[in-house]
Amino acid sequence: MPTDTTADDLTERVLRIIAETQRKERSAVTIDSSFEELGIDSMDGVNIVFALENEFNINVPDEEVKNIRSVRDMVEGVRRLVAS
Amino acid sequence: MRRVAVTGLGVICSAGANRQAFLDALRNGRSGISPFCCEDCQELRFRNGGQVKSFDPHSFMTPKEADMIDRFAQFGVAAAHEAIQQSGIEWTDELRESAAIVTGSCVGGQNAEDQGFREVYKLGRPRVHPMTIPKTMANAGASAISLAFGITGPAFTISTACASSAHAIGQAFQMVRNGEADCAITGGSEAPFSYGILKAWEAMRVVSPTECRPFSKDRNGMLLGEGAAMLVLEPLDAALARGAQPIAEIVGFGMSADAHHITQPSAEGAAKAIARALKSGELNPEQIGYVNAHGTGTTVNDSTETRALHLAFGEHARSLAVSSTKAMHGHTLGAAGAIEAAAGILALQHQFLPPTINFTERDPECDLDYVPNTARDASFEYAISNSFAFGGLNAVLALRRWQ
Repeated sequence: MPTDTTADDLTERVLRIIAETQRKERSAVTIDSSFEELGIDSMDGVNIVFALENEFNINVPDEEVKNIRSVRDMVEGVRRLVAS
Repeated sequence: MRRVAVTGLGVICSAGANRQAFLDALRNGRSGISPFCCEDCQELRFRNGGQVKSFDPHSFMTPKEADMIDRFAQFGVAAAHEAIQQSGIEWTDELRESAAIVTGSCVGGQNAEDQGFREVYKLGRPRVHPMTIPKTMANAGASAISLAFGITGPAFTISTACASSAHAIGQAFQMVRNGEADCAITGGSEAPFSYGILKAWEAMRVVSPTECRPFSKDRNGMLLGEGAAMLVLEPLDAALARGAQPIAEIVGFGMSADAHHITQPSAEGAAKAIARALKSGELNPEQIGYVNAHGTGTTVNDSTETRALHLAFGEHARSLAVSSTKAMHGHTLGAAGAIEAAAGILALQHQFLPPTINFTERDPECDLDYVPNTARDASFEYAISNSFAFGGLNAVLALRRWQ
């Protein structure tokens, strides 16, 4: 696990991945953006989680994916998995 | 237009290695789901599936013939043998020239493809087996059946993901109904238990880590399955004239595209295909007694399909018996339409409702009669079989009891 991952750093990387996966400008994605605003449906969510797994070298269990409802959930979920 | 009889039926799947065994499984709610075996598959997030455990292709073809085709095509030939044997057709030169073969397959010869790619990517070998291409092609099942029986009429394969073999049977039905073919061997086959394709299913996060519980509130995904079903279709009058015993009729076929989403289903699109199948068979919704549902066991499919049934059947939805046999044999992808049409045909023939097994709890979003856990005797004349594919392509077959 990388040890130099600060909170802001991690958030920024998650937001960047979401923007890239959704083909949006980075500035269009904030930690408070809703999935609706970003046009993220369930398949998009699975695609984003795939990109996050590769970016952070983590495995996100299916059960966790089902509970993700927002960008904030994604950031916090990644933070938890990176720490564990 | 000619009436179309089903005069032969062959089935092979995890719930039953032949027609009679499949019937017994449907009647008794006996599951064919078990931990599957495949090379490199130990670390997948799911371990159960509808894998056919004892299949000997050499019962149906020579070892040399078996070597030339993938497992999925071997299943197709095996089911075709059983169907043709039941139909009692005697092959003449004329019949061989006019008979059609229409098969469905979603992923083709995955075992052969996976093995070939494993050789070069993983094992670093410089060459793959020369039969990799012809074993992988999705039409290998249709081709193997034509070779096995010397059939030289129109033959082709339809690939519409999980609706492949329903579209195939529908096409064959139309050819026999319109007079383009005097006999058709039709259905589908699939054998998706190889590492690459299973990893791809894992990535979609739609496969259950435990078991398939269609329409149940605690459902958590589908399970994959393999196998085949083949039907022999003939014009009803000609079948009766030669003394054949029809086992059912196909009376209607409906198709639609959702134009909604590449993976998420649409109730409106599915309802349209159901309505078109009824119209094609000149049926009123009230005439349908049983629906063999697509019923994958995913959260989204089962609630969406329920909404589609409400849209298509109105008040009559409350009186329908609806079940998903996928809980017993898994989602057999390109073979699903055919195996589930076979379930519908056997249900009509023997006048019972196959159960939706593993059903534990009612879901407010799935508010119909799903024949939970135990088969029931019933009296009904018509059934439909639903197939709704990824990509939003839908196919519905309307079936009639023969008596």
